[in-house]
Amino acid sequence: MAEREQKKKTTTTERTEEVVEEVPGASATGDKLKAELDDLLDEIDEVLEDNAEEFVRNYVQKGGE
Amino acid sequence: MAIQKVCGIETEYGIQVVHGDPNPIAASSVLINAYAHDVARQQTGWDFEDEAPGNDARGFAREDAMPPQVETHLVNTVLTNGARYYVDHAHPEYSTPECGDALECLRYDRAGEVILIRSMEAADLAVHDGSRLVIYKNNSDGKGNSYGAHENYLMDRAAPFTRIVAEITPHFVTRQIFAGAGKVGAETSIHDGRRVDFQLSQRAEFFEEQVGLETTLKRPIVNTRDEPHADPHRYRRLHVIVGDANLAEVATFLKVGTTALVLAMIEDDVSGSRSLVLADPVTAMHDVALDLTFSTPLPMADGSTATALAIQWELFALARKYADDRGLACMGDEAVGEDVLRRWEAVLHGLETDPMSLHRQLDWVAKLQMIEGYRDRHGCNWGDPRLAALDLQYHDLRPARSLFVRMNTERLVDEASVVAAVTEPPRGTRAWFRGQCLKKWPSAVVTANWDSLVFDLGTDPLRRVPMMDPLKGTADHVEELLDACATPTELLDRLSS
Repeated sequence: MAEREQKKKTTTTERTEEVVEEVPGASATGDKLKAELDDLLDEIDEVLEDNAEEFVRNYVQKGGE
Repeated sequence: MAIQKVCGIETEYGIQVVHGDPNPIAASSVLINAYAHDVARQQTGWDFEDEAPGNDARGFAREDAMPPQVETHLVNTVLTNGARYYVDHAHPEYSTPECGDALECLRYDRAGEVILIRSMEAADLAVHDGSRLVIYKNNSDGKGNSYGAHENYLMDRAAPFTRIVAEITPHFVTRQIFAGAGKVGAETSIHDGRRVDFQLSQRAEFFEEQVGLETTLKRPIVNTRDEPHADPHRYRRLHVIVGDANLAEVATFLKVGTTALVLAMIEDDVSGSRSLVLADPVTAMHDVALDLTFSTPLPMADGSTATALAIQWELFALARKYADDRGLACMGDEAVGEDVLRRWEAVLHGLETDPMSLHRQLDWVAKLQMIEGYRDRHGCNWGDPRLAALDLQYHDLRPARSLFVRMNTERLVDEASVVAAVTEPPRGTRAWFRGQCLKKWPSAVVTANWDSLVFDLGTDPLRRVPMMDPLKGTADHVEELLDACATPTELLDRLSS
């Protein structure tokens, strides 16, 4: 179990780096994707609830199915 | 031959009251009443005659089983598109009408989102205390409470339930690699102290049994509720509780389409040649959710191991061969069946080579891409509460707040057809008869449910019209008849003659 756990953590770290590296890629497609992602993140900064932490804390759903 | 996989999705939406009475049952009632009174202007109630959620497909009931209670006193309405819209426990729930194929099912699931959005708008106009309702299409609150997005598939009663359980389980455990809606963090005790940043699925960690009747406690991968809402001698309705609610259209389409196809193979008994039996499906389900590379070897019952991706490739290969050998009539529309296969293959290929390339197809990828981008820009670590907020707001249905609608995901159904599906029933199932009768004679249909309509003709006792076959009462069968009848009395006279 310990070995598998270790593997997963490593994988998560690698994934994060992968994405970060991908973004400044020199290709035209890479630039386009980066521009799109930047636009998306600008928009997210605008529409994300101001009091995000409180909003998440208050979101409690009991009962269902 | 496998029977046509008539299908549908029931979605329990998350509901939050901002600046008002937080009671979710009251809020859900306000929401649905606002829609029924002010938008749909139509109030046919649900008929509970046929409800028996405690029946177990295995033919027995465990003494400690806790079947859901039927709540007959809460708002419960039927819409002209053939759907059911009601308060289920503490959530607004929308059940699509019976759909003839996976693409139609997607369209009616999307119509449900439109209905919930219109309901929110109507509720905002109806309530004047400064509160507002916010609706989420997700499956957990991040605090250990989960609610469902259940699928239903029409099956031949002749297919042995034990075979269904054995052969659908590997698909249910592994389909989350494309059907998962993604989730930041973890919220149950199963992880045993392991740090979890992101999971493929909202629901996976809530499953504790392979098979069982419950839906809220000890949730099983295969649910045994035996409530066919159809002729029980011919049909079974497989009630699937294992999935996430999807927003990405490709994800919804593949979730339903691949499942329908695997179930057809089980009915035709073609999938048993190779053993895909997992040694421990529940643990595998949890492990698959945590593995963003799909490379965890899952122990199989025969002593070998297989990854989630390998199991999916094997199911795909079986399905491809099945389609080539027998055709895809079971998928309702052969072209839809072919599209399921084409997209299934493309998505598995994408997951194998470059998962992030699927950010326009899959919810979990779209969500992860957004979160990774946000982390990069704002330098936040995985514990940052803003990431949980992004996760929650991905599912927010308010157009001005929804992060999902900003992700520019691939569309499979055009918006005009989704809007039409808000009021028009599917043409190829009994939902057509239900919906058309409600449209034509709203005051004469006093109650309705999946397998009957009850008419009040003003003179006789109430008259029940049974609809025990989901594939009858279609436009092909009864459009001419309905067009020819000016009154419901005429219709009932003709039906009984």
